Amino acid sequence: MSDVEQAVTRVHRAEWARVVAALTRRFGDLDLAEEAAAEAFAIAVERWPADGVPPNPGAWLTTTANRKAIDRIRRENKRDDKHQEARMVYDDTPSEPSGAIDDDRLRLIFTCCHPALATQARVALTLRMVGGLTVPEIARAFLVRESALEQRITRAKAKIKAARIPYRVPSAEDLPARVSGVLTVLFLVFNEGYLATGPGTDPIRQELTAEAIRLTRLIHALLPDDGEVTGLLALMLLIEARRAARVSAGELVALGEQDRGTWDAALIAEGHRLVRERLAAGVAPGRYQILAAINAVHTSARDIRDTDWSQVVALYDQLVRVDASPVVALNRAIAVAELDGPEVALAAVDRLEEQLAGYHAYHATRADLLRRLARSAEARAAYGKAIELAGNTAEIANLTRRRNQLG
Amino acid sequence: MQYLVSVIDDKSNPGSTDRQPAISEFNDRLIAEGYWVFAGGLADTDAATVVDHRGEQAVISDGPFVESKEYLAGFWVWDVPDLDVALKLAAEASKVCDRKIEVRPFR
Repeated sequence: MSDVEQAVTRVHRAEWARVVAALTRRFGDLDLAEEAAAEAFAIAVERWPADGVPPNPGAWLTTTANRKAIDRIRRENKRDDKHQEARMVYDDTPSEPSGAIDDDRLRLIFTCCHPALATQARVALTLRMVGGLTVPEIARAFLVRESALEQRITRAKAKIKAARIPYRVPSAEDLPARVSGVLTVLFLVFNEGYLATGPGTDPIRQELTAEAIRLTRLIHALLPDDGEVTGLLALMLLIEARRAARVSAGELVALGEQDRGTWDAALIAEGHRLVRERLAAGVAPGRYQILAAINAVHTSARDIRDTDWSQVVALYDQLVRVDASPVVALNRAIAVAELDGPEVALAAVDRLEEQLAGYHAYHATRADLLRRLARSAEARAAYGKAIELAGNTAEIANLTRRRNQLG
Repeated sequence: MQYLVSVIDDKSNPGSTDRQPAISEFNDRLIAEGYWVFAGGLADTDAATVVDHRGEQAVISDGPFVESKEYLAGFWVWDVPDLDVALKLAAEASKVCDRKIEVRPFR
């Protein structure tokens, strides 16, 4: 890749959301903003190799995109009232500031993650409008047809327009509830990258985990005092730090068997720093902060045998109080197995059957506990069920080998 | 921006029947805050009659046009600045009516 191409890629990452957000504020139209921004970047790709990268690429792109948007309005509004056109073109005053924080990109994120949109649409729209991923890139990441994804994004944009979903940061009282929706979207993107589903994909989609981290960093920069945003960023960093150790020869490697020397020390240090920052804040933590703390305990141990399991179980107890879901109970049981033995853990896991019978991790956990209790026949059946339900190729490979190793 | 705010009742799990005083109070507030345009409670779906004059002759038939568990029990028309304001009021309305609420913009 040439220097200019690299610069364009870098500027695209850094500036896309800012350009789209500024245009959305000015013209009040997501479609127009997206198309004009895309046009401006296309012109940059064409011109910068000859003219050189401008000294302030972000401003250059915003100006170019603004011009393109105005051209488009002129073309499409020929029959419209000239007065209206003039207002659209020359009214450069920012819309009234509303909500707790006034930043175009933050408004864009809250608009894309509005609870009135379906979750899948929120994910797609956020990756497109805020992340700047192309429709084919998003379609490939989530294994959907491009036409279906395009339709999903188009419908979401149409709903934003027709239902008048405001382009605004929610008010201080609504902010916590709305931030949690944004974090859900980002964590979904991260998880799809971390444990990718489908036979045709890599077991880890690094471009998705990286994108989720990049967007979470952006939210963290915009909302530095939100504990759960900090918690989610720390959580992602501490999981991402273990990426290189997670898959070996196409097979998922369990936490206890990972080569801890390949963990990313810089990401771990940053994650730990964020977790300590939240502990020092002295505010009751939410689920992402507790999950980050659990991962901080795991990443503090040089060897699986040094893991402070009583601390992990205590954190899971805390997590159960804020999120009493069966999946949390399952993960708590995995930690309990290390502290109190597989028999105690199995009893806890078996109580979750009704709720988790369709979840591969339930069967994988049971299989592992049954194997440790030397109940081979039952373990084999549980591995079979887990393999049937699992969607990640590396996880299926690991489960299959374990089943085949049973005596 | 006007929204049709529909009150959805459920035949198999109907909302409570003692809501009228609370609804009246809520309506007074909507009027005072300038959001109120119109509202109406509807009679039971048994009272509905369907007229179809798309063909040669008008055909009149008994009953609602769609047989479903959920049905429209009443509605408001609100005039509010954007969807967030409508959703906030709708959350209150749902509590006040003890029923589900659908918020839909006019074209």
